[in-house]
Amino acid sequence: MNWETVIGLEIHTQLATQSKIFSGERTTYGAEPNTQACLVDLGYPGVLPVLNSEAVAMAVKFGLAIGATIERRSVFARKNYFYPDLPKGYQISQYELPIVSRGSVVIQLDDGGQKRVGITRAHLEEDAGKSLHETFKDQTGIDLNRAGTPLLEIVSEPELSSAAEAATYMRKIHQLVRYLGISDGNMQEGSFRCDANISVRPSGDTELGTRAELKNLNSFRYVEKAIEFEIERQIDVLEDGGKVVQETRLYDSDKDETRPMRSKEEANDYRYFPDPDLLPLEIDEALLDSIKESMPELPSEIEERFAKDYGLNPVDIQILTASSEDAKFFEASAEGLDGNYELAANWNKGELRAALNREGVTISDSPVSPADLNNLLQRISDGTISGKTAKEVFEAMWAGEGDADQIIETRGLQQISDVVALDKVVQQVVADNPEQAGQYRGGKQKLLGFFVGQVMQATGGKANPAEVNKLLRARLDADEN
Amino acid sequence: MGLSDKDVQHIAKLARLEVSDGQIADYVEKLTQILDMVDALKEVDTTEVLPLAHPLHMSQRLRADEPTEKNQRDLFQANAEDVKQGLYTVPRVIE
Repeated sequence: MNWETVIGLEIHTQLATQSKIFSGERTTYGAEPNTQACLVDLGYPGVLPVLNSEAVAMAVKFGLAIGATIERRSVFARKNYFYPDLPKGYQISQYELPIVSRGSVVIQLDDGGQKRVGITRAHLEEDAGKSLHETFKDQTGIDLNRAGTPLLEIVSEPELSSAAEAATYMRKIHQLVRYLGISDGNMQEGSFRCDANISVRPSGDTELGTRAELKNLNSFRYVEKAIEFEIERQIDVLEDGGKVVQETRLYDSDKDETRPMRSKEEANDYRYFPDPDLLPLEIDEALLDSIKESMPELPSEIEERFAKDYGLNPVDIQILTASSEDAKFFEASAEGLDGNYELAANWNKGELRAALNREGVTISDSPVSPADLNNLLQRISDGTISGKTAKEVFEAMWAGEGDADQIIETRGLQQISDVVALDKVVQQVVADNPEQAGQYRGGKQKLLGFFVGQVMQATGGKANPAEVNKLLRARLDADEN
Repeated sequence: MGLSDKDVQHIAKLARLEVSDGQIADYVEKLTQILDMVDALKEVDTTEVLPLAHPLHMSQRLRADEPTEKNQRDLFQANAEDVKQGLYTVPRVIE
């Protein structure tokens, strides 16, 4: 039987606010345990939550970026469950009336096509604390620094049909929240994590199969591998005549398998109700307008502009617009290179990225600045140095020896483009090699390369190759007899 | 609307309340009375009425995104039953 997979993702992204969603406590990552947990975060009696305006603005920005409805009135609700890292016994979230509903993003498929993926909703909520099970032998340690950190939970429609599509969608959302500056998207630190709802059904069926939920997938690779494993598992169960049980499962990356997490009887009885401590959140026209004005250029808009203004191909555009830092770097490095933007694109995705990967540096920390690279590209463009010499200059720039002009000057790397000077060398080389010159004139055109090599050797590699070719041809053809 | 013994046991478990077998019948009766009262309210026609999220006719005030708290860990942890290495410690819980 042929099977069809249906996947929906719930992405939790931490919002990059300075303070928590309902308290004035800091959100800095990596602080000493419990030094960033105030009375509100600790759930002390008598405290009241006060909503962070920036968290609201960030949620609205996301909604605008996915073309969603920004709900003018949304309501906070309590999600009730007991766990030691949730001091209040409930998480403040949004349930029936979320702040953002009905949006979509377009993802690029591997076959070159595109797919629009619906986003059911995005709602604001607070994060829980962290439980540390490995620190003590018979106890669990609780760090409540993370409790109350603002989260935006982004819920997709069940419209993803493979593990690869799910990972592509997750990357798209990751790119978007980083462009919007609403999250650092740091997956190692847990700022961006994902749960996946997965079911399979016989191809052509319209009714959904029973789903399993995979929890806490915190890398793009694990999302793909965990979903792949889970699809296989469910198909095996069904083909053996069994039934898929609705349950929460955890992905074990060491064993590359999923296994059940919570017992069924406790499953999802959260008894949501509106939080009486918080009034409904209303977003008026003025607030919405001010947020609209602060919207940065979106990835889709930049992609369009890169195609139009720089004439770049779709593959290069994907690489050069992966993050807003990447896009900004490219644009600054390509400034003034009219008609030669491909050169800038090649250097950005070639030498620059190779060096960044080699040294494990992010583009924001690149020792070669966009202006430095632009300077270098200008010198290639105006013929001062060859592309090959430029690589040497780039390495020197990377090592901190100064800007391109300084390095070219101190190392004496200028190409010899002076036609008169070059022609003298060419003439000499031809005169010194009468045998080869004769063979060339006899039809062995391939020997041109030999002569170019000789000229390069004579000039210490600094001759402008294009000029050398032209002069050699002229000299060899002219002296024929 | 009638509740079963099982319903009461389930609610008690979710709320982490210990209810002995002898108490169940009493809870079934009292909780059923509360639910019956809610059922009585359902007789009012509310088709034109929006759900009420809060009795006050106000909307949520917002706070500026500025840290205002100081670290008072020692003070807060003086109330805790057990603390180690800055962590609140509880009997081991693991999935």
